[in-house]
Amino acid sequence: MYAFDIERPSTIADAVKLLSDSTESQPLGGGQTLIPTLKQRLAMPDRLVSLGGVAEMQGICEDDAGRMCIGGGTTHADVAAGAGAYGALASLAANIGDPAVRNRGTIGGSLANNDPSACYPAGALASGASIITNAREIAADDFFEGLFTTALNEGEIITEVKFPVPEKAAYMKFEQPASRFALVGVFVAKHVDGVRVAVTGASEDGVFRWADAEAALNGEFSAASLDGLSLPGDGMISDLHGTGDYRAHLVAVMTRRAVDAAA
Amino acid sequence: MPADGGIGASTKRREDIRFLTGNGNYTDDINLRGQAYVHFLRSDMAHGTLNSVDTSEAADMPGVVRIFTGADFADVGGLPCGWQVTDRHGEVMQEPAHPVLAIGKVRHVGDPIAAIVAETADQARDAAEAIEVDIDELPAVIDMKAALQEGSPKVHDDLTSNLCYDWGFVEDNKDAVDEAIKTAAHVTTLELVNNRLIPNAMEPRVAVGDYNRSTDDSTLYTTSQNPHVIRLLMGAFVLGIPEHKLRVVAPDVGGGFGSKIFHYAEEALCTFAAKALNRPVKWTCSRSEAFMSDAHGRDHVTKIELALDADNNFTAIRTDTHANMGAYLSTFAPSVPTWLHGTLMAGNYKTPLIYVNVKAVFTNTVAVDAYRGAGRPEATFQLERVIDKAAIELGVDPIALRRQNFVTEFPYATPVAVEYDTGDYVATMDKLEALADLSGFEARLAESKSRGMLRGLGINCYIEACGIAPSNLVGQLGARAGLYESATVRVNATGGITVMTGSHSHGQGHETSFAQVVSDMIGIDASMIEIEHGDTDKAPMGMGTYGSRSIAVGGSAMVRATEKIIAKARKIAAHLMEASEADIELKDGAFSVAGTDKSVAWGDVTLAAYVPHNYPLEEIEPGLEETAFYDPANFTYPAGAYACEVEVDPDTGKVSIESFAAVDDFGNVINPMIVDGQVHGGLAQGIGQALLEGCGYDENGQLLTGSYMDYAMPRADDVPFYQVDHSCQTPCTHNPLGVKGCGEAGAIGSPPAVVNAVVDALRRNGSDITHIDMPLTPSRVWTAMQG
Repeated sequence: MYAFDIERPSTIADAVKLLSDSTESQPLGGGQTLIPTLKQRLAMPDRLVSLGGVAEMQGICEDDAGRMCIGGGTTHADVAAGAGAYGALASLAANIGDPAVRNRGTIGGSLANNDPSACYPAGALASGASIITNAREIAADDFFEGLFTTALNEGEIITEVKFPVPEKAAYMKFEQPASRFALVGVFVAKHVDGVRVAVTGASEDGVFRWADAEAALNGEFSAASLDGLSLPGDGMISDLHGTGDYRAHLVAVMTRRAVDAAA
Repeated sequence: MPADGGIGASTKRREDIRFLTGNGNYTDDINLRGQAYVHFLRSDMAHGTLNSVDTSEAADMPGVVRIFTGADFADVGGLPCGWQVTDRHGEVMQEPAHPVLAIGKVRHVGDPIAAIVAETADQARDAAEAIEVDIDELPAVIDMKAALQEGSPKVHDDLTSNLCYDWGFVEDNKDAVDEAIKTAAHVTTLELVNNRLIPNAMEPRVAVGDYNRSTDDSTLYTTSQNPHVIRLLMGAFVLGIPEHKLRVVAPDVGGGFGSKIFHYAEEALCTFAAKALNRPVKWTCSRSEAFMSDAHGRDHVTKIELALDADNNFTAIRTDTHANMGAYLSTFAPSVPTWLHGTLMAGNYKTPLIYVNVKAVFTNTVAVDAYRGAGRPEATFQLERVIDKAAIELGVDPIALRRQNFVTEFPYATPVAVEYDTGDYVATMDKLEALADLSGFEARLAESKSRGMLRGLGINCYIEACGIAPSNLVGQLGARAGLYESATVRVNATGGITVMTGSHSHGQGHETSFAQVVSDMIGIDASMIEIEHGDTDKAPMGMGTYGSRSIAVGGSAMVRATEKIIAKARKIAAHLMEASEADIELKDGAFSVAGTDKSVAWGDVTLAAYVPHNYPLEEIEPGLEETAFYDPANFTYPAGAYACEVEVDPDTGKVSIESFAAVDDFGNVINPMIVDGQVHGGLAQGIGQALLEGCGYDENGQLLTGSYMDYAMPRADDVPFYQVDHSCQTPCTHNPLGVKGCGEAGAIGSPPAVVNAVVDALRRNGSDITHIDMPLTPSRVWTAMQG
């Protein structure tokens, strides 16, 4: 790790100010990706702005529209324990990493990092969540822009995520054997206005919605509706842990299982 | 038996108190006054010409004490190889130079180029980034068969090719084997890969070099399984320090699995630098660094042919293996695919003709050397896989096929130069069938099927050769070391005993089990006995711990020394009781005169030895301390039978191990609980190899599995609750304890059981598959299922 300064602001305003001044700064959420990166000397920020002390970014509540609002600095463990009204999301959070990761890692940090194998992007996208930043509100459909890339601007931080709570939902993760990140993860959510199916871990372009599956499930929300549906292996990640064809196959399997679990 | 447990008692491990409470003393816990820290700048290219290493800017960085490069070792030896193999044409192996720091070329990702010594570890690392290294990248040689093709780039320019040796065993059998295969009623052929593994001991390697200018004494604290061997290799062959001026200490060591047998460059560098700088120098390996600097294991590519007659009797075995040496010859690398592999190719079966060919190959990868089992897992895997395939092809029961071909009479001389002293393979298989409830398999199969899961059963046997080994024999086979073991038993005046053993414990529990043996022999509480190991200034020259040799060889040395102690104590007791020595009996820690009520306690005798007022000084010396060196007459041959049941998810290819039963014949057992633990650990590593672990390089020699993000270690939920049994005991006939060794069995015996089970599960579902290469990842299994 290279030497750096660290600031621990207590308000969003102070955090944003620190991130926008002339010093090269990087926001620090739970640090579950950034700290290992720093330890390997793969990043060299002059200053880290820790968001862990910002109380207004913590916690879970419900807004007037009935959406579950989760502060950007809320840990996976707190979501697992506190998102009972949205069981599929609580379950997703409860199965990220291990207890050490869950007690440090945050929802805002995970979404901002947009690791192609992370769980939360699938949850947010399938939920049709709104990503609230210090500057604006971004629909999940507009937020994820590919591997480790999001609509966030430099210095913009996720302060809150608002999740419409679907009628039915489930997340099915098939773990990569080493990292236990999602080799493929599929979040299926049946909303009043339609089904959303979001897939993480599989595509070279990061999290995506599987439109054919959504259309089929809008007809009838059952695993049988998915019969015959498949995705091509082209464009899927192919590595030591699975070929593109295998990942494409797993998407179909995990989607069926998620539908079964949600139904 | 003593109150707190002698031989055969499951005494709790005394060392665990300090390990589990954070009070162990590991090498990284050693911090010497004034120590500097070293960081190694390593090659990020697999192969290249090292034109220059410019340290001028780095040398001026804050805290930098000194930067060493290959040039600093020009007058010093390179790292030695401890085993010279002679090939099938009578030529000795090609043995390349192995510089401490790269000279002229870099040959694998991780090859050390420079060592930066600084006041802090961070400063050393900062300075490493300021070193200008000029390397012209060369094409990397990764695939072994490609490496042997004409025109392949050479890993070592001064060698004639990338072939280290072409070994044939037993060469005199070759023609007969060829003929037997040609004329056999049936030949089963299997090509397979024994996957490359990265050892991943929990404690990464650490070295602390120290030097005393006033006495010219060097000390190396290091994470080693055999400190005396390091002292000999490093002192004599690298740095030119005689043993009496060099102390090597391996304190508590957190796992080795073979990877801490070898003498590594970092140890030599720290020792060398401490003297050059006249201050202690410490290196602590990071986990990432361990992936590219610890010697890897396995990495064989094999074709095996099994010939059978019309009655399904095995008539011949022929194997053709390419064994990866990596870029340099690690300490014992040449012995692993040869003498530790070819000699085990008979397995538990009376195959009359066997021929093993091994081509050892240099590639631009990390050196490969012994890893838990070392050669024996590779032999067992191919043999037990090809037998299962033969059973499939012949339509016979795989257990019956094995039983039919078991060796049943002992001693048994195999056609691959070893003689099994004892064993009872029928008994272990009988026990396994009961322990694993094989008769209940069909019901379990049906239950799995009702849940949509494919269930499979895999059975295999194994034999291994432990307790390496008679020194005169291994000398003939190319070992550049003896393989005896030593022990000094020091009895103190008040009766307490300190045993200094040349064996080394890095998790095996010697402090407990060795004490049980001495306690049992004398009849005193084990709490009166302390086991010391790991310090060349304390223990007599010993060869260390690997190859499941500690209790069989080290324990035997300790028994011999203790026997000498008892013999002398008996003389003293006879004197004290004014009786004839022949009438003296030792029982429960007291000497008595047979047929009388006269007795003296152990403590009375030991006190007399050191306060010899009433003592037969004209006959024996005062004191009670004895040393023994024990050189075994043969290897020991633990053997067993394993059963694995798996479920395969047909939708995903994911394998889960539903049960695993291991029946092992270890001969006599000192501490059954510790033996259980050794088997459990071995099984976890074998299951890890079968399902999870696989070191991968890309075509440019970049390590694809350079961290736990991609290298999958077995975790608790990957393995089942094991059923372990070692009640079938055919004691070893040639060591005093009748023990065989248990450290590697689990890792040797389990991979074929797992693969056999998965293949069985798929075949029961209609697949015609006969083999899948390890690790059986979900992707590989699913892909295989697609046909």
